[in-house]
Amino acid sequence: MTGIRLTKPWRDLDEVEVALLPGQLGVFEIADEEGSTLELGFAGGHSRFGLRSAIPDAAARHEQAARFRYEVTMQYWSRFEELLAVHVADHGEVPAGNADRGDRRIGRIAAPGS
Amino acid sequence: MDFELSTEQKLILETVRRFVREEIAPLEADLDPDASELPPHHRERLVAMTKELGFYGLDIPEEYGGPGIDLTTRTLMAFEMAQHRAGLYAPCYGVFGGAGLAQLYEADDDQKERYLYPVLRGEKRGFFALTEPSGGSDPARAIRTTAVRDGDDWIIDGEKTFISGADKADFGIVFARTDPELGRKGITCFLVDTDMPGFRVRRIVHTLRSTHYAAELEFNRVRVPGRNVLGEVNQGFAIANDRLSRNRIPYAAGCVGVALKAQEMAIAYAKTRKTFGDYLSTRQAVQWMIVDNEIDLRTARALTLEAAARADAGKPFRTEAAICKLVASEGASRVVDRAMQIHGGYGMTKDLPLERWYRELRIRRVGEGPNEIQRLIVARDVIGGSFH
Ligand SMILES: Cc1cc2nc3c(=O)[nH]c(=O)nc-3n(C[C@H](O)[C@H](O)[C@H](O)COP(=O)(O)OP(=O)(O)OC[C@H]3O[C@@H](n4cnc5c(N)ncnc54)[C@H](O)[C@@H]3O)c2cc1C
Repeated sequence: MTGIRLTKPWRDLDEVEVALLPGQLGVFEIADEEGSTLELGFAGGHSRFGLRSAIPDAAARHEQAARFRYEVTMQYWSRFEELLAVHVADHGEVPAGNADRGDRRIGRIAAPGS
Repeated sequence: MDFELSTEQKLILETVRRFVREEIAPLEADLDPDASELPPHHRERLVAMTKELGFYGLDIPEEYGGPGIDLTTRTLMAFEMAQHRAGLYAPCYGVFGGAGLAQLYEADDDQKERYLYPVLRGEKRGFFALTEPSGGSDPARAIRTTAVRDGDDWIIDGEKTFISGADKADFGIVFARTDPELGRKGITCFLVDTDMPGFRVRRIVHTLRSTHYAAELEFNRVRVPGRNVLGEVNQGFAIANDRLSRNRIPYAAGCVGVALKAQEMAIAYAKTRKTFGDYLSTRQAVQWMIVDNEIDLRTARALTLEAAARADAGKPFRTEAAICKLVASEGASRVVDRAMQIHGGYGMTKDLPLERWYRELRIRRVGEGPNEIQRLIVARDVIGGSFH
């Protein structure tokens, strides 16, 4: 099964790349220099400029943020839940930046290869 | 049919209406437009309120500790509870509590201890897995998942798709073929724990709806103990059908609820928005859209209440339940569509709830049995015969 993980190319977190981001809705991943995920997020219906504002806003919460990747999708809510579940299947826990979910449950997905 | 409300019903409806307007709607201003859950602290606060009001666990039968509300009153409440952005699939974000899967009430005492009561206490969640890639309208013929006896156990192999909430569930009600020769009489219903080896949620099936989104499941030699057979072996199809007609009535009521709100919004907007020097409400084209909305709404509302009243009176109501499901899902879709048209560009935006209702209502014409199947049920009942 393909298409469950975010496989889009990583981009450097700099002004040029951020300015190129689309204003659409979608999901994204923020990572440090080594590619360890710091936060998974989505640009939802309330985001001012879609991914273009949601990604830098999320990155600003992480000092080590160095790169990001994203996927444009209108189904950002269920796709975000799917990415969280796959991350937990791969790493056993949610990224540090997503630890504030209270008691909201994470789905259990048997990630491909597991 | 006379639908004069009793004093008690009026009081209940006024309470629910106020709850939606004062407690639910303001929270939605801050939530993402596709959100299907409340932040935990708000959820806890509102659950405490519904418990205080005596409305928690609305759909739980009285003998299991529910408030014993009849279906007509429940239907009237559902009209109100759906009148917010998430209202179609997450009326009041579930703070009135759930009743669990209807089929669990058919379980034996041991199964009730292990599944039903934990669900009613909010400790466990379940899913309902009937549909397979081979089809959902005619599951009796389409089910290819098999369960084969092995000593006291059963070994389940196969796949299911479009199963709502499966990735967050602790167990599921799973239908599998136990006798390939017997058609609809060869299907058995199993209680499958999601931590049983061989059970996998493969992926989420992304649809127009984000609430209780659906998943694709795999059963790879899942060993299920014999005590997890729900009901009788080879009688699973009767369990699948159980309460199906009854469920269609609140299902229809949710459609009516969002349509009522959409109509209220359309009227208010038409009375304030001016084009070419006058209000939209003065244009006959717009008036007729509002009139057509009113006709769709009143038809769906009356037919839904009629089905509920027949069920409460202990009369047969399968035809009425099928009719109200299809009339309400189709009528509400038209109402929301016209309300969007009246709102122009704003109607298409995520600033308003209309676009979410539009997407989710589309699913209502396929979910709980596609509307063609509802027509089939009515045809069977009014013409007679067993054609399919
Ligand atoms: C968001 C979502 C959530 C769902 N959740 C669940 C769930 O939790 N559990 C579960 O078991 N299923 C679930 N379903 C599946 C749903 O019940 C099925 O999609 C539905 O029963 C139709 O089955 P199908 O998709 O296989 O369509 P098919 O059975 O292949 O039918 C396709 C279409 O053909 C038409 N049709 C079929 N038969 C006839 C006929 N005799 N005459 C005329 N027209 C006909 C209908 O228009 C139908 O829509 C969900 C579906 C969705 C979209």
